[in-house]
Amino acid sequence: MKTREYKITQTLAHFVCGIFSAMALLPFLLLIIISFTENEWALNNGYSYFPQKFSLEAYHYISVQWEQIGRAYLMTFIVTIAGTALSVIITTLFAYGISHTEIPGMKFISFLLIFTMLFNGGLVATYYSYVRLFHIKNTFFAILVPSLMMGAFNVILVRNYFKFSIPDSLSEAARIDGASEFRIFCRIVMPLSKPIVATVGLMTALAYWNDWMNGMYYLSERGGSQYFTIQVILNNINENIQVLQQNASKLSAAGSFAKMPAATVRMAIAVIGILPIIVLYPYFQKYFIKGITLGGVKE
Amino acid sequence: MSSNLLKIYDTGEKKRENMMTKNKTKRKIRWKHILPFYVMVLPGLLYLLIDKYIPMFGVLIAFKKLDFQKGILGSPWCGFDNFRFLFQSNEAWVITRNTILYNVGFFLVNTVLSIVLAILINEIRSKRAVKFYQTSVLLPFLMSWVVIGYLVYAYLSAESGLINASVLQPLGYEKIAWYQDKRYWPFILIFVNAWKGVGYSMIIYLSSIVGISQDYYEAARLDGASKWKQIRTITLPLLKPTVLTLMILAAGQMFRSDFGLFYQIPRNSGILYDVTRTIDVYVYQALMKNSDYGMSSAASVYQSIVGFVLIVAVNKLAKKYNPESSIF
Repeated sequence: MKTREYKITQTLAHFVCGIFSAMALLPFLLLIIISFTENEWALNNGYSYFPQKFSLEAYHYISVQWEQIGRAYLMTFIVTIAGTALSVIITTLFAYGISHTEIPGMKFISFLLIFTMLFNGGLVATYYSYVRLFHIKNTFFAILVPSLMMGAFNVILVRNYFKFSIPDSLSEAARIDGASEFRIFCRIVMPLSKPIVATVGLMTALAYWNDWMNGMYYLSERGGSQYFTIQVILNNINENIQVLQQNASKLSAAGSFAKMPAATVRMAIAVIGILPIIVLYPYFQKYFIKGITLGGVKE
Repeated sequence: MSSNLLKIYDTGEKKRENMMTKNKTKRKIRWKHILPFYVMVLPGLLYLLIDKYIPMFGVLIAFKKLDFQKGILGSPWCGFDNFRFLFQSNEAWVITRNTILYNVGFFLVNTVLSIVLAILINEIRSKRAVKFYQTSVLLPFLMSWVVIGYLVYAYLSAESGLINASVLQPLGYEKIAWYQDKRYWPFILIFVNAWKGVGYSMIIYLSSIVGISQDYYEAARLDGASKWKQIRTITLPLLKPTVLTLMILAAGQMFRSDFGLFYQIPRNSGILYDVTRTIDVYVYQALMKNSDYGMSSAASVYQSIVGFVLIVAVNKLAKKYNPESSIF
């Protein structure tokens, strides 16, 4: 039987949650609508949810400029895939090692990991060592290596999973049968850890996809632009919309020069940048939520 | 797992001990078992060295008058000069104040909003509606600050922003130059941060609400307690440990700020620095825009050291009063 209180609670809950949802989604809708708005109309009337004139000119401009934007898109995919694969490998191996606290030195190595959460050299020292010592400026390593590859947080999630969710008896049995430690890791531990590896892998992939800071620090317009990812381009446009135009005139000396729809094209590039996340998100959502709840509780 | 593993080593060793009595062989066998683990942690250790530990030695820069020709070690020492310059400027106070106050504001606003949202979502009976609400409020969390900067710009841009062009002007109000007026920014930044972060903390709170035993509510219902009363006397008190844990985490991070938020959302507008610049943004600008290694490294080391002391102190306190809630 449905009481009055039940109805009131349901209505109120739906109402408030509906407002939260709308607030979360409406900005994305605006972004998409702007990207399809006619540039001229947007310049005269401002951005609107209900533009009078729609146009594909922003996307047309992107297609003309595909050499630059397509390359950045490809680079984003490459760095995301390479970074995530490397990250998952070194994170799980490291986590497996330190989950064996009985091995001499592993406790100390765990401490070395935890300590990075408490203290860091800061941006200046990190920048200096990467640029002056490792010379990663304007190389592919610039967007691959700094800060993203192995985080203490992810290692701890995986270590705890290895420690508490994988039955010891399985690896013991394999060990008695003479399986090597690497074999145990690849054939027994990893297959059993699919959920946590998926969670950590997805969070890492998202971090790589979304990263613009490495590009901003370690890539320059002259010399590093072939490694620009879509987020780096978005960041550069933010600082100066003319970067698109400059490249356009450079690239299309042949004559296919199109006038840049400045007000709408940036939003169209942003739409392209977030498209894979929005398309894939519903399928991966449960792993994200799992990662958040695992991270929320203390180790 | 640990003790069992040792047992296997022991038995393995014993078997072999019977066969060969030499002590040397025994040690070799032990190494053979242990070595793979060291090999496994090696890539990770190497990465920690490159990404974290070598830069830690770089804090020396803050005490040097950096000369690129000579490198860090060759540059002359300058004691605390860099710090003296930093703290003599008004900047040090402003960026410290901004960093701390925003962190407090973010925590309060996000906690209240996400608890309200978690409680309400938990009440909803329709599975599909719950899934929809969860999915949509978490979506902003997946976006980079650059993209969020674009979204905010679509609303606030002086010439073509939605608020000026489609709301204020049609209603006959004056346009507002959002990126030029610092009065609005504390609210804008807190709002934008909540927009991105509420879905995340909501999920943490929701998972602890789901974990509360239904018996409590059953008993309360039998006693005729209203929904509101159940929330007030059961849900909220039982959420306290989660709030406390998150508070300790946040308190330890008081001296750090989300660079992306404070850099991308105000679009680097100089007029706003007074209310939008945090330590991280200052360090970045001093380093990249002014190439001022002295000031930026001083600010960066100041942040690292105070931040470190803060985390350790907060954790000590937490351990003392409630061992359950300490982080490490």
